[in-house]
Amino acid sequence: MKEILIISGKGGCGKTSLCAGFAKLAKSAVLVDCDVDASDLHLLLKPEIIKKEVFIAGELPSLDEEKCIRCGKCKEYCRLNAITFAEHELPVFHENACEGCKVCTIVCPTKAITMVPRTCGEWMKSQTCAGMMFHARLLPGGENSGKLIAEIRKAAREEAKREKQDLLLSDGPPGIGCPVISSITGVDMAVIITEPTLSGLHDLKRTIQMAREFEVEIRVIINKYDLNSEMADKIQKACEKNGIQVIGKMPFDPIFNSSLREGKTIIDFPDSEPAKILASIWKQIDPSKEKGKRK
Amino acid sequence: MKIAVASGKGGTGKTTVSLALAEVLGTKGLLLDCDVEEPNCHLFFQMPADKTTPVTVKIPSFNQDLCIGCHQCSDFCAFNAIANIGKKLLIFPELCHSCGGCAYLCPTKAIQEIDHKIGVLEYRKKGSVELITGIMDVGNIIAVPIIHQVIAQADSHRTTILDSPPGTACPMVNTIRDADFVILVTEPTPFGLYDLQLAQDTLEAMNIPSGVIINRADDSCADVEAFCKSRNIDVLMKIPFSKKIATGYSNGDSLLTSAPELKPKFTQLLQKLGGL
Repeated sequence: MKEILIISGKGGCGKTSLCAGFAKLAKSAVLVDCDVDASDLHLLLKPEIIKKEVFIAGELPSLDEEKCIRCGKCKEYCRLNAITFAEHELPVFHENACEGCKVCTIVCPTKAITMVPRTCGEWMKSQTCAGMMFHARLLPGGENSGKLIAEIRKAAREEAKREKQDLLLSDGPPGIGCPVISSITGVDMAVIITEPTLSGLHDLKRTIQMAREFEVEIRVIINKYDLNSEMADKIQKACEKNGIQVIGKMPFDPIFNSSLREGKTIIDFPDSEPAKILASIWKQIDPSKEKGKRK
Repeated sequence: MKIAVASGKGGTGKTTVSLALAEVLGTKGLLLDCDVEEPNCHLFFQMPADKTTPVTVKIPSFNQDLCIGCHQCSDFCAFNAIANIGKKLLIFPELCHSCGGCAYLCPTKAIQEIDHKIGVLEYRKKGSVELITGIMDVGNIIAVPIIHQVIAQADSHRTTILDSPPGTACPMVNTIRDADFVILVTEPTPFGLYDLQLAQDTLEAMNIPSGVIINRADDSCADVEAFCKSRNIDVLMKIPFSKKIATGYSNGDSLLTSAPELKPKFTQLLQKLGGL
């Protein structure tokens, strides 16, 4: 089984639109939406939820008000400013800022604070038109997005093994931090989507630098290349110079937005130029083709 | 006052809007780029940083001679940043959340806290516009401490514009939590609308007032407008879809350079919010 992850440092480059297209083109894939705090893949793939699980990770402090002597020590030692305290009042714990380090529990002189399991979101297994999909919803401001991603990837891998699917295709989160690191660990190939803008180039460089710290094949797609062909050429040259293969350039085409508004992928419009280009890009990374070659 | 510019979905135009607000504010404003994983505001300044300072966090440093092998530190660490093998301690700096619990607990003071660099702050000033950018070192995992250090640069005499990371997870929440107002930038697509709902849910849960700017507005804004009406939030502005703006952006030109006719709208917006 091969794992392919679609990422882009910069948001809005077209990860989800292209990933949904690849999902439709893939013969036997299990899909994962690793963008757990602003996931969008479901808007194109119309999942029917089969299974839903609560995601519990880490802990939150809980105060025994009777034991609390209102000394404020918990606030003093909390380095995340997750506790506010006013003289003679009970401390107030702010969930959004708390990372569950437990320091408040050890500095409390009366042991008035204990930790309780924290619900951070939920994850779903769903049937879609393009195969089984694993996706999740992190609660607003939720902690542990990396762990949630690891959990749905694990569930997806098990599904792929059980159903003998040869590809795990994941739509990644933006950025290069915790959620991306959790998404890229252990995948075979990262396809980085970029756009021909200064921001796109800047973020691409950082994303490649991050990806190179993992044993992962790197490919690049320049989306909306004709918005600035000069910049697209510059990005392509920069990639080639660094030994990174640009596997395709996608034009800016109103069909992306119009198909999105209909809740469809561009592959649902097979005669369109972008659909044809995407199909030719897919041929270059399709693991089922690779298997054929080896034979 | 602090005005944060956020959006659930990436690439909707947060940086574009943040820069326009900062340009209108001039010396009365300060722009803080809090998207420390992929900061972009500085690209529009097209100049090297005037000054760069390191961002550090505290991580444990371990004195083996004093360790009695009690394992209290590794047992306590909620983030598995310490592995205790017999009397040998292994520390994983990238997993450490700098809570200080291990040093506090160690009965023999074998753990001292030392500075560990995770990023930098870059300072730029071009004309009357001042920018401070937080940049996470590539390979790091935890963005939030850098975000806190960027926001700590805000001063109360000026209107501070916070360019937020995308999403609704901890980096976004830590950027907006002290903001007086949040401008949510969206685009008139189902992705834009869905992620706008998530972002607005987050703001309502945190009780922070907000308004919406629709970027790349065309004739299909009705869904976004209906949503804003249903949540009782104002559509503050529509920035039209234009190839001129998109091309300018791609070359590092700010919105008000490509479309100076929009300046009065941003001035009015800042006056309305009380930032000017």
